[in-house]
Amino acid sequence: MTVLGALIPISLFLGLCGLGAFVWTLRARQYEDLEGDQHRTLFGGHDDGPM
Amino acid sequence: MPLDRASTLSEVELLLPDIRCAGCIGPVERTLAAIPGVLEARVNLTAKRARVRLEPGQVEAEQLVAALGEAGFSARPFDRNVDGGQAADHTARDLLLRIGVAGFAAMNVMLLSISVWSGAEAATRDLLHWISGLIALPAMAYAGLPFYRSAASALAGARVNMDVPITLAIALSALSSLIETARGGEHAYFDAGIMLIFFLLVGRYLEHRTRAGARTAAAELSALAGRQAMRRDADGGRRLVAVDELAPGEIIEIAAGERIPADGIVIDGTSDLDRSLVTGESRAEPVLAGETVNAGMVNLTGPLAIRITATGDRTLLAEIARMVDAAERGRTRYDKLADRAARIYAPGVHIVALLAFVGWLGAGAEWHGALMIAAAVLIITCPCALALAIPTVHTVATGRLFRTGIFLKDGAELERLAEVDLVAFDKTGTLTDGKPELIEGPAEKSPAWPVAAALTAGSLHPLSKAIAARAETLGVAPAEVSEIREIPGFGIEGDLQGTPVRLGRPEWAGATPGADGVVLRTGDAVHGFKFRDRPRPDMSEAAQTLRGLGLEMAILSGDKRAHVDAIGDTAGIARRHGDLAPGEKLRLLQDWAAEGRRVLMVGDGLNDAPALSAAHASMSPGSASDVARSAAGLVFTGANLAPVAEAIRVARAARRRAFESFGIAAVYNSIAIPLAVMGFVTPLIAALAMSGSSLLVVLNALRVRSAR
Repeated sequence: MTVLGALIPISLFLGLCGLGAFVWTLRARQYEDLEGDQHRTLFGGHDDGPM
Repeated sequence: MPLDRASTLSEVELLLPDIRCAGCIGPVERTLAAIPGVLEARVNLTAKRARVRLEPGQVEAEQLVAALGEAGFSARPFDRNVDGGQAADHTARDLLLRIGVAGFAAMNVMLLSISVWSGAEAATRDLLHWISGLIALPAMAYAGLPFYRSAASALAGARVNMDVPITLAIALSALSSLIETARGGEHAYFDAGIMLIFFLLVGRYLEHRTRAGARTAAAELSALAGRQAMRRDADGGRRLVAVDELAPGEIIEIAAGERIPADGIVIDGTSDLDRSLVTGESRAEPVLAGETVNAGMVNLTGPLAIRITATGDRTLLAEIARMVDAAERGRTRYDKLADRAARIYAPGVHIVALLAFVGWLGAGAEWHGALMIAAAVLIITCPCALALAIPTVHTVATGRLFRTGIFLKDGAELERLAEVDLVAFDKTGTLTDGKPELIEGPAEKSPAWPVAAALTAGSLHPLSKAIAARAETLGVAPAEVSEIREIPGFGIEGDLQGTPVRLGRPEWAGATPGADGVVLRTGDAVHGFKFRDRPRPDMSEAAQTLRGLGLEMAILSGDKRAHVDAIGDTAGIARRHGDLAPGEKLRLLQDWAAEGRRVLMVGDGLNDAPALSAAHASMSPGSASDVARSAAGLVFTGANLAPVAEAIRVARAARRRAFESFGIAAVYNSIAIPLAVMGFVTPLIAALAMSGSSLLVVLNALRVRSAR
């Protein structure tokens, strides 16, 4: 069971990474135009992302 | 971008009511970006808005609107703070963040719980419980905040809403789990508590999105209402001003083809008026100096100057708006399904949980054991399935309606629509598309056609347009007619190589007075044209479909009885009411409501607005007057009437699914509650039951997508 001592911190760390990434996408307004963004992936030209 | 520079920039938001598809994103962004002074422009297709970043002081929002107008997109500057749009955006982001935190905590706690369920014991189990608590408690405190706030405000108002049992369940599960952990016990509900919050937040978020979508639709409608008028100033200058700025006594000029923005008296010019949106009359009528005109009428043939007699709350428009308001107050009494469910549910679970607690104490259990059981009852009574049932169904139904071009303004409207048993149609502009159609004219090879084509080519009068359209389908080349003059109220005259020609009212063109329709006279030859109000292309099929759905139908029209009968015969609708004033339509609907009928009113005119807001449910076509569109609960686009039946079908499917979901929750509760009360529910069972029932409800809601 001592392996838990390593696994729990690792899983928590990975989970926090995921949460951090989610917060970042949220701050970058990536969920505000789901309708438009699904089509933008098909456009030619570079897209700098939401402003 | 450096900070000091960013702070000197300004941002403008534009509302783009017309953009419907991804193909519009590129052109709009390119048009905006090409304007000097615009740094960046980005379209939000979901909200139908564009956010534009500007070099300060270089461009005004009006220039952006003008540029977009040239490119064929209607746009309007939009203040996010006015309609609570900014607050709504903020709430959505806030809810998502809480969902993220709750999801993170739920997954990690679940991971630890699985170790406990697989047989961790003694010190290991305590350690796992402590870590779970360490993750879950802060997450519960943060993620559940919206529920605690709502419960607190309900209790402060001496009411009980759905959030009260939810808050109690969360608090009890946290408290009892903490006690159990401190005592080195076997069962802790940290996972169930945080999972509960996660599912509930998802439901809340879906609900919020539906409402935000409705608000977008409403903003879109008010954007279309914002218009400008040409004001003639005292010094003789002319200035374009917003309609809101107009005052009585001022003089405005109205070009042919424009809508009249205020009530007034004609002081200059003659023309024909299309009053159909105001009175429901399908025929254009002439107007002379000295006559009264109302806001909402369309000026067809000649320029008019009008002295404004009333603005603001003294216009006919405002009169109707007041009727709309009064009628709407009656409707807000409608009891939403979710509220009805909550009223039964909330006291019920409290009583059961309390009885379980008292019962176990009485049977000799220790108080913390009894508390655990009470917590288990509250957690397992499935507020998740109940809280998810309505929002998921509404989200799926709104999405399906949107794809067929129907915009829903409020979830409750969907519930009301499902209960409808009588459909009342307005005639002009609803059953018909409001444009006259030529039904009788000269023979195809008749020499009348080239002349008629030449005379009608430049006219805005609806009858002229109908003749011109037929001439075009016949492939007629216009004759050489010179000196074409449109004489408002009478017709069009011209000179055909020395022969005077006239097309217009029979008595003016020189035919027998009293004849119906329009007459063309070339020299001594006389040709008649007859028209009818053109029904929408699928009117009869749509009526048939509605009858198939078990609905009765009626026509309520402000137009003459004969016109109503003609359309009623074609559509096969027997109940007909003609010559109705706006107040009479409203009274008819109120009478029907008193008889217990649930009426769906479908109408487009200003005169329909009070009836639309008094009806149990209401729809209006996209071409309707602004007032009608904002009074109606649903707006459908396109030339067809089929969306009416489609909306009713979707509403009924949504209602069936919602009831099924309540049924699922009831069946589930009837099994789960006795188990919980008897103390058989472990955290493992609670977790399985909660996610299982939530999943079932969501899957059931998805069936609305394909319901026939």
